This record gives sequence, C-alpha cells and structure tokens, in this order.
Amino acid sequence: MSMNEDLELTKEFLIESNENLAKVDQQMVELEKRPKDTELLASIFRTVHTVKGTCGFLGYGILEGIAHIGENILSQLRNGERDLTPPLASLILEAIDAIKTIVGNIENTQSEGDDVWHDLRARLVQEEQAIDGGPVPQFHGPAIEENEIAAAVPTPSHPIEVPATPPSPPKAKAEGESPTAKAGGSVADSTIRVDVVLLDKLMNLVGELVLARNQILQYNATQDDTNFAATSQRLNLITTELQESVMKTRMQPIGVVWNKLPRVVRDLAAACGKQIRLEMDGAETELDKTIIEAIKDPLTHIVRNCCDHGIETPQARTAKGKLAQGVLSLRAYHEGGHVNIEIFDDGGGIDPARVKAKAVEKGLLRPEQAEKMNDREAVNLVFLPGFSTAAKVSNISGRGVGMDVVKTNIEKIGGGVDLTSRPNAGTTVKIKIPLTLAIIPGLVVASGCERFVIPQVSLLELVRLEADEANKLIEKIHDTPVYRRRGSLLPIAYLNRILRLPDPADQKSVNIVVLQAEDRQFGLIVDSISDTQEIVVKPLSKQLKGLSVYAGSTIMGDGKVALILDVMGLSQRAGLSARDNNAAHNHANQIGDQNEKQTLLLFRAGSYERLAVPLALVARLEEFPKERVEHAAGRRVVQYRNQILPLVPLGEQLDGSRRDWETTEKVQVVVFSEGERSVGLVVDQIVDIVEDHVSVKRASTQHGLVGSAVVGQKVTDFIDLRAVLDSSGERLFGDGRIGLSKMVVMVVGPSALERGLVRSYVEMADCKVIEASSIEEVVDRSQRQHMDAVIAGESLSFGIRSQMPDMQLFEFGDRDSMIRSIQSLATVVAERASAKCNVRRDEVTA
Amino acid sequence: MSDQYSTFYVGDLFFGVEVVKVQEVLRYQEMTRVPLAPDVVQGLINLRGQIVTALDMRRRLALEARSPESTPMNLVLRSDEGAVSLLVDEIGDVLEVESGSYERVPETLPAEQKQLIAGVCKLDGRLLLVLDTERAMQIQ
Repeated sequence: MSMNEDLELTKEFLIESNENLAKVDQQMVELEKRPKDTELLASIFRTVHTVKGTCGFLGYGILEGIAHIGENILSQLRNGERDLTPPLASLILEAIDAIKTIVGNIENTQSEGDDVWHDLRARLVQEEQAIDGGPVPQFHGPAIEENEIAAAVPTPSHPIEVPATPPSPPKAKAEGESPTAKAGGSVADSTIRVDVVLLDKLMNLVGELVLARNQILQYNATQDDTNFAATSQRLNLITTELQESVMKTRMQPIGVVWNKLPRVVRDLAAACGKQIRLEMDGAETELDKTIIEAIKDPLTHIVRNCCDHGIETPQARTAKGKLAQGVLSLRAYHEGGHVNIEIFDDGGGIDPARVKAKAVEKGLLRPEQAEKMNDREAVNLVFLPGFSTAAKVSNISGRGVGMDVVKTNIEKIGGGVDLTSRPNAGTTVKIKIPLTLAIIPGLVVASGCERFVIPQVSLLELVRLEADEANKLIEKIHDTPVYRRRGSLLPIAYLNRILRLPDPADQKSVNIVVLQAEDRQFGLIVDSISDTQEIVVKPLSKQLKGLSVYAGSTIMGDGKVALILDVMGLSQRAGLSARDNNAAHNHANQIGDQNEKQTLLLFRAGSYERLAVPLALVARLEEFPKERVEHAAGRRVVQYRNQILPLVPLGEQLDGSRRDWETTEKVQVVVFSEGERSVGLVVDQIVDIVEDHVSVKRASTQHGLVGSAVVGQKVTDFIDLRAVLDSSGERLFGDGRIGLSKMVVMVVGPSALERGLVRSYVEMADCKVIEASSIEEVVDRSQRQHMDAVIAGESLSFGIRSQMPDMQLFEFGDRDSMIRSIQSLATVVAERASAKCNVRRDEVTA
Repeated sequence: MSDQYSTFYVGDLFFGVEVVKVQEVLRYQEMTRVPLAPDVVQGLINLRGQIVTALDMRRRLALEARSPESTPMNLVLRSDEGAVSLLVDEIGDVLEVESGSYERVPETLPAEQKQLIAGVCKLDGRLLLVLDTERAMQIQ
C-alpha cells in the first residue's frame, strides 16, 4: 500500500466524518426528546462506530480511543441497559465535540494534535463503568499512549517494508470490516460526490451553450429551412432544461445550515437556564451553495440573540402568564424569486423606547430624530454599528458587534433584513435573500455607446422626461442637479460624466434610473434603457479590481461583454455620499455638516421677489381663506388653534406697498411662535424650501432686511424678523437679538429633553447648536471643532469650567436661570454680530 | 536542454514567452471598453465564456500608439487569476533556445521596458527579449 493510497483514504474519511458528525448533533438533541427512538439511536451509534472503525484503520489512536468508549456507552443505551439523562447527553455531546476537533486537526495539520483529552476520556470511562456488564477493554483506558494504541491495532499480515508508515491492514480486512459498506446502504448507491469546481465549470459551459443557442436562433429567424427551424427549436428546449438542471446541482437545502442549530439552542438554553423549543419549517427550501455559506454565520447569530435576549427565563414567563417553555421558530419559503427566512421568538420583544434612549445615549441618533421615529424604525436601530441593549455583556452576545455585521453580510449577498417586534409577544427577524448569486436580474442601459447592467435589487423606478421639459424639471442647487420627484428632491448624476464618456449628440428624451444606494436614493441619467435580463455574474480580473464603480462583468446575448455597475461605488464616485455612510463613526461630522448648511424658506412679498428666513425659526406655514381674516383692535387677525393670531403684512413693512386684501382669495401666512405667543407674517407667495450653505455677501441698510446672499444661484434678501415685528408693533421675542450670526454654541446636559428646550432658545438667536451629554464629549468635540460658548446644566458647569477655563460658559438650571443664560449669551452674540456687521459694511463701502 | 519560446513583436522589439505560459493566440477580437480603467487596459474579450482582460503592450512598454489601420493580435497567457491577453503587433515562430543562454538586461534600456524583461537571449543575428509575464500582467 502506498503513501498515496493512504492520503486518499484519509481524505475520504474526513469528508465522510464531517458529513456524519454534522448530523449527529441534531440527532442527539432529538434523542433527548425521544429517548426510546431506537432508529435514531442506531443512526448515532453507526456514525460513531464508523468513525472508530475508520480511524483505527488509519492509525489515529486518540480519536479511536474516544470514539470507542462513546460507542460503548451508546451500545449500553441501545441495549436498554441504561437511560439517557441530560448529564449523560452532555457528556456524549462533549465527546462528539472532541471527535470533531480532532477530525479538524487531522484535516488542517495531518495529525491529531497535542491534546490527548485525558480528562474527557477519564470521565467517559467512569460513565461507561457506572453500570455493570459491558466488558471494559483495558487498553482504551485513559493512560494509554498514542503509540500503544497504534500497536494494539492487530496487524496479522506480513511485515511492512517502510517502518515509518502507520500499520495498514491487508485489503481483505478493510473490505470485510469497513463499516462504510454496511452503513452506506441504498442511499450511497444513488448519490455521488462531485467537486464544486467541476460544477462551476459545467455552469460556465452551459452559459456558453446558451450564447451559441441564441446565435443559432437569431440565424434561424433569417432562414426558411423548416428542418433547421425544428432542430434549432429542439436545441432551444434542451438548452433551457440543461441550464435549469445544472443550476439545480448547485442548490442545497437550507437544512444544511439549520442542522447545527438544535445543538446551539440546546447549549444556550442550558447555559442561560431557559427552556426553549426549536421549531423548524421548510428545511428543504433550496439555495445556491455560495448563499448557504454566506448566511450560516448571520443566522446563527440571530438565533443566539433570540435565545439570549429574546426568550425570558421560565420564572419571568410564568409570571407573565406564558408557558414556561419558550418557542423559537424558523421558517423558510420561496417567494417571487427570493427565499424568505423568518426567525421568530415568543419572548419579551424589543422595547422601542429603550432602543431609542440607548441610541441617543450612544450618540447614534439625535434626540429630535428619535422623537420622530416610529416603533418599527426604532426596533431596527439594533442594526446600527456599535449598538447593544444588553445590560450586561455575556459571553453569548451583547458585545455590540453582531447585528450590524448580520445586516452587512446579508446585504452583501443582495439580501435584506427587517425586524418587527411586539412587546411581550415576541420578535420576528425576516431575512430576504436571492436564490443564487451567480445569476441575477439586471437592467441593461446604454451610455456613450457602451452597454452597462444595473443590478435590479438597487433599482427603484424609471423616469422618462421629454428633452424640452427636462431642462426645466432638472434644476440646480449650485452645480448639483436635482429632480423633484413627488415633492422631494432627488440628486441627479450623469453616467456619462461619472465614467468620462462622451455626451450623447441630441437626445429626444432624458432617462432617469432611480437607484437606492444604502440609505440614500439618487437618479442616474443614462442615454437609453433597453430591458431587464437574467445575467451571469463574472468577477473582474485583478487589473480592474480597484474600480469601485463596477461590480463585475457579464456576457450578453450577442456574445459581447458588458460591465455591471456597482450602485454604491457610483454614488460615491458622483460625490453624492460625501458624508460617510458609517453612521456611528461619523455622526459628529454629520452634525457639523448639517449645521453649516441652513434650511431656508423662500417667499415673495411686495416688490421683493426672493426673500428668505431660516426655516428653524418658522413654526408653521398656513393658508387662510380671506373670509377668515377678521379685525381686532385695528389689526388684521385670524382665529388659529384657539388663539388670536395677529397678521403682519410683510410687503407693507418692507416697502410700504399696500396689500389688496379684497381681491386675493387666499392669504399665505408664515407663523412664528415663541412660547404661547404667535405672529403670522403675510407673504404673497411661498416659493420653496432649500438647503444650502449661506454666507451673507452684503449687509443691508434697508429697513427690515439683514442682508443679501446667494441662495440657489440667485440673490436672495434675508428678512430681519425682529425689525419687521418691532415696526409692526407686534412683540414676539424678549430682549434677545436676532441676527445672522455664525456663533457655535454647545448645549450640554444629561437630559435630552432639557437640551432640546435650550437648543430651541439658542437657535432662536440663530446660533449653530451642538448637543452633548457629558463633559468628555464637550472636551472631545472642542478639540475637533471651533466653539464660541458652552451652555451647560448646573451639575456639569463646574467640571467644564475646570477643564476648559477659557470657554464662555453659561448655565441653565431652572427656567429662570436658563432665560438669564440665554439673555447674556444674546448680548455676547449681539456684540460680536455688530462687530462683524461693521467690518462687513466697511468692506462694502471700501 | 533547451526551452521553447513563443515569439512576438511589439514595435521593433522582439519578445519571447515560455510556450507553457501561452494559452492560445487569437486574431484581433472585438472588445468592450472599460471606462475609468488604466490606459493599459484596452478592454474585455469574451473568450468562449471566459472574460479576459486585454492589455495593450505598446502602452505597457511606453511605445508610440499603434497606427489605426493595423489591428493587434491577442497573445493569451495563463495566470493564477484567470487568463490575460496581451495585444501585440505580430506573432512570430516558436523558437528553441538553449537553457541558460540568457544575458542580463542592459542597464541603458528605458525603465518601462527594462522592468518587463527577464533576460536577453542572443540568437543568430538578433536578440530575443524574454518577457517577465508576472510583471507584464501587473498594473498599478
């Protein structure tokens, strides 16, 4: 017998053992439930026996030792000499784990490893001898060394020439004793093992055949030969069937992954002191092998999470009136070209309020965002990087890595994950994944004489505009084109420009492909759109790996190559995602960005075509029919939300133009509120709301205006709200001064609600506000960003004072001290603003 | 002992590649351009279902561009990460060269060419430049 044959045998042994051992875990858990199931017991016994037999044959002594005692115990069970108790089941599982570890070692290092499993073997022997009967062969005892075991394997035949090789019994013995032959049975006869590489090759060849078929069909269309037509038709059918069959060879039931879950759940339940019943439905649902590999870890992680955080302890469950035993149910089914996997637990569910509070506390979310969020969105926050609600970190889960990794891994294979939860009723995680990665549906588009494929998963909708209207409908904010899609602005990118391809000569129409790149949407303008096709994805060569705009390449029906676009890469290349998508890391920067950009309300009044006011100051926009305008104390008012809202016609205030109250049917009003007081500013027309960087280019001497600036490429006048209201006789604000200032103020306090309150006051004074919840955060932020002043809660102000002695610091505590703080801040703001204003005026006059 | 070299011309340079590294030689194929790719990448070819990247050897060697009327030939090389095609001017014969008759590359060659040449074989009346295929397929 040669060394080669030995290697061949070892390989066979490894493949077979891995397969069988994967099954044993699940079977053991089953056996615990149905200890009298003799068939099940026989199957486990067979597996262990097979391992023992083969490894003894190959000279793996440690492995044989463990397997042998395990087999004896199983044999005692099978003969009804003893009952399966949970500790015994655990011990057998432990032995199986040891066998797996050793098999893994053999696979990786061709040796059994250094560990001789002394302790485990001792316990196994002890257990084995716990009942009288079964003879205990001494040489399998714990003290036996590897070599002795090897020597103990009977070698009755002639001596072997090469002493280095392990003893190898003659062939006759192998055939006679090899348990594989017995265990295999009829199943083995109907299946064979095939290398995946061979399947991939088959798949490629079929792809080629499909292309050749397409060409023949095209040629056939130009011919009159009926014989040829019939033959090509048959070729067509056979090719399609062949393609489907070859695809099927790559499919595996999802049960392959699920098999190990019963063991995971059993161990976790035991470790957490919980009772969990695992239900699995649809284990036969088939998926491509690569996808099976990809979902293995995410799935296990979710199941662990369900056991650890989801299902409560039996005590807690009975207290809530539930059954002490929790249910974890897995369901897989096909739906419209996708596979859905649902993981449901009937545990405590996720508390949306707690999740929100946690996200705010961790700085993953701003308090205002949290308020607007509904429960469904809130529970999905658990997928944010760096999020974990577990009060204590256990070794099972709760380290804050996991759910975000689950999400990214599933999205990597073109899938999606969604979480729904009902308090005290349980949580459902729904994973939607494509059947296969090798073939995906894609939209074929053309730009600059080249064809490209866009994966359909990123596609939201297609918009076609006639060329003459497109110029109007695609507007520009600075140089960034945008399109108004159902009221919201969609950033636009041109594929030609991103890829530096020539622009089309003259286009009758403009095609916008609306795409979803992670959390943002954008419109991609292409020259033309042809159709959707199932395409075979092929990776790019290493020379092109660095190009993030492509996800791969494919061969089209005419035999030519087309590139597959990577939507995420495109959006980055187009500069649409200047803000990094990693929410956790760049949250601080995001706030910075938003503060630099201002959202402005644009409107017309009197002879002014384009007036602006920061939207942050506006409470509401209203439209009243003229009948509702009444008179009170010589002023025009409307009844509004159980209040009397005084109306100030802006045109009259700015340039004295009389407003014709009689002819206009509707009155457009911008409502400003402060505390309980509100004032309505009557404008002629609301024009738009824009988000833009604003720098006042020219200070104004005109009454009622602060100055002018370029907004959306047009000169816009900013109204001085305070001056307008003062001269109208309406009072809305205290002594704070309103002016366009760029002061950066940090509001620090442990309570989000309090911060929010202070924030609104400070924003009224038109300062940029950054929020922070702790001193550490202030210090950290101040190193990265300029700050003019800090307003802090009383409890924190001392600490800040000592750490940052040079900082302008104000306190807020109760309402009075808060107002005082704001007032003194307002004075500072006013001083600085007027100083800046003077500088600007000097510049203008110079 | 002798080695077999498959030879080709790029400009006035006469190159050789070990025969075992050559998968096949093809006439000019229609190819798909790859926008934004490095200049050297001429495009992608469908080679019986295998997508092959075509590299222009004139660009790679910093020679002047090929005249528009002449079409290059594909010399498809095997590599660990799939096949790569080199676009060359003309394909020559397969030559047998005695093993070990290399000379070091003259220091005076331009850097772009020097780094792609593994050695020089002195043949009767001309010099055969042995291409370093690994380097040739590597682009930054």
